[in-house]
Amino acid sequence: MPFYSEKVMDHFANPRNVGEIKDADGVGEVGNPVCGDMMTFYVKIKDNKLEDVKFKTFGCGAAIAVSSMVSEMAIGKTVQEALKITNADVAAELGGLPPNKMHCSNLGADALHKAIEDYEKKHGK
Amino acid sequence: MKQIYLDNQSNTKIDDRVFEAMKPYFLEFYGNPQSIYSLGAVSKDALEDARGKVAELINADTNEIIFTSCGTESNNLALKGIANALKLSGKHIIVSQIEHFSVLNSVKKLEKEGFEATYLPVDNKGNVLAEDLQKALRPDTILVSIQLANTEVGTIQNIKELAQLTKQNSKAVFHTDAVAAAGVIPVDVKDLGVDALSFSSSVIYGPKGAAALYIKKGAKIIPQLDGGVQEFSKRAGTENIPAIAGFAKACEIAKAELAKNKTHLETLRNKLIKGLQEKIENIYLNGAAAGENRLAGNVNFSVEFVEGESLFLLLDAKGIMAASGSACANKNLKLSHVLNAMNVDVAVGQGSILFTLSKYNTQGEIDYVLEEFPKIVQRLRDMSPLYSHFVKTGERKKAGPGTDFDHDHDHCDIEE
Repeated sequence: MPFYSEKVMDHFANPRNVGEIKDADGVGEVGNPVCGDMMTFYVKIKDNKLEDVKFKTFGCGAAIAVSSMVSEMAIGKTVQEALKITNADVAAELGGLPPNKMHCSNLGADALHKAIEDYEKKHGK
Repeated sequence: MKQIYLDNQSNTKIDDRVFEAMKPYFLEFYGNPQSIYSLGAVSKDALEDARGKVAELINADTNEIIFTSCGTESNNLALKGIANALKLSGKHIIVSQIEHFSVLNSVKKLEKEGFEATYLPVDNKGNVLAEDLQKALRPDTILVSIQLANTEVGTIQNIKELAQLTKQNSKAVFHTDAVAAAGVIPVDVKDLGVDALSFSSSVIYGPKGAAALYIKKGAKIIPQLDGGVQEFSKRAGTENIPAIAGFAKACEIAKAELAKNKTHLETLRNKLIKGLQEKIENIYLNGAAAGENRLAGNVNFSVEFVEGESLFLLLDAKGIMAASGSACANKNLKLSHVLNAMNVDVAVGQGSILFTLSKYNTQGEIDYVLEEFPKIVQRLRDMSPLYSHFVKTGERKKAGPGTDFDHDHDHCDIEE
């Protein structure tokens, strides 16, 4: 029984949407280097929809896989739908995470929400 | 798919000659050494022959060897057995902060039972300093336990000096955990001047399931396993003859080939250290420099801006097996206690990667690591917000926009 599911390993080894958005509408960051996990999310929002999501992540296999999965889940969703994505949803979509990773590396949805909140603040919403 | 095993601090591949030496005791000579009939006598002879060979590796007398099941058991027996045997003359124990968990957690348990412990710090190379030991010794110190070599960063302590200092300044018994050292570097209990020493089979190309505790003639120890009269009534339980016979063979081979293996390991280690330093920027060697008091097969780097578990998962995908001291790689989700004691920057230590080499590794395998590892590091750095921040500003990122540094420890346990 491998430590991580096949889906987690796929998203870790071939992460989707890695990078930065130069003129992002919102940027959100969670975690910090001392903990061993840090995620920065960038969102591009047009007509209330997440047109593009990109991320940069420093962290373990789970942290990278979670970031990749969240970006994939969020693209194309409305702001309201994206704000409803939970860390638990992301873990489920990945086919589960080892118990100790649920607590520490599963921060992708939080980072996405922070980026959206940043956008809302900038646009006075 | 290539398979390159570079995690020899956790376990080694068994030597074919060792496996051959074990076979008869599985298949033909299965008698219990405590039985008087002939089949038992064969096992008894094998047991005592093995005791002699194992003793020889560390220049001990044959009857100073107690067989156990693993290094952890040897350390538990030494710490708990000696402390409890001496508790009427004092309750103070000294260990270093970078001991194996089998020592540290034995001491924690003893503390719960009323013993007092001092945990000696180390310098940034992982050395226990004589002056710190001198300061810690008290009239009621009964036991000092300091490892001979560290599995994680490879630092070899000056045990001869530390044992001498202990003897001159206290009545304490001196134990050393030599699991990472015995069979790898010359170990002579008489020269070191120690009273007890743990060592194990599985790290020297022997089988799992056998280890030993050297205990000097006359030293008091209370058994931790109660039962029959095996092992001079110091450790009860039916003796694992196949594993013990294998351990003995592994000791014999280790002694005969120690110099040859050391040269081979040093060549590979130096090549790996030098190669990685040339090919990758912002990496830091943990422990003593090559050529100083460092185990021949140990390579431990902190790779800045990336995390260790990611490093070894991508290495594994290339068939290279290594370890890491990062928080995520540890079951307890804390940065390695060894790196922490050495004052390695916590954020940088999260990128630790540990390669421990064996006599079976080849130049070609090291070349392959030197070719693949830098690509892996670059791939993860290209994904890392810490790295892009560093490239853009030349500064290390502490906490970025939208983070509340104080509250963001919520998801990890940091000892503030």
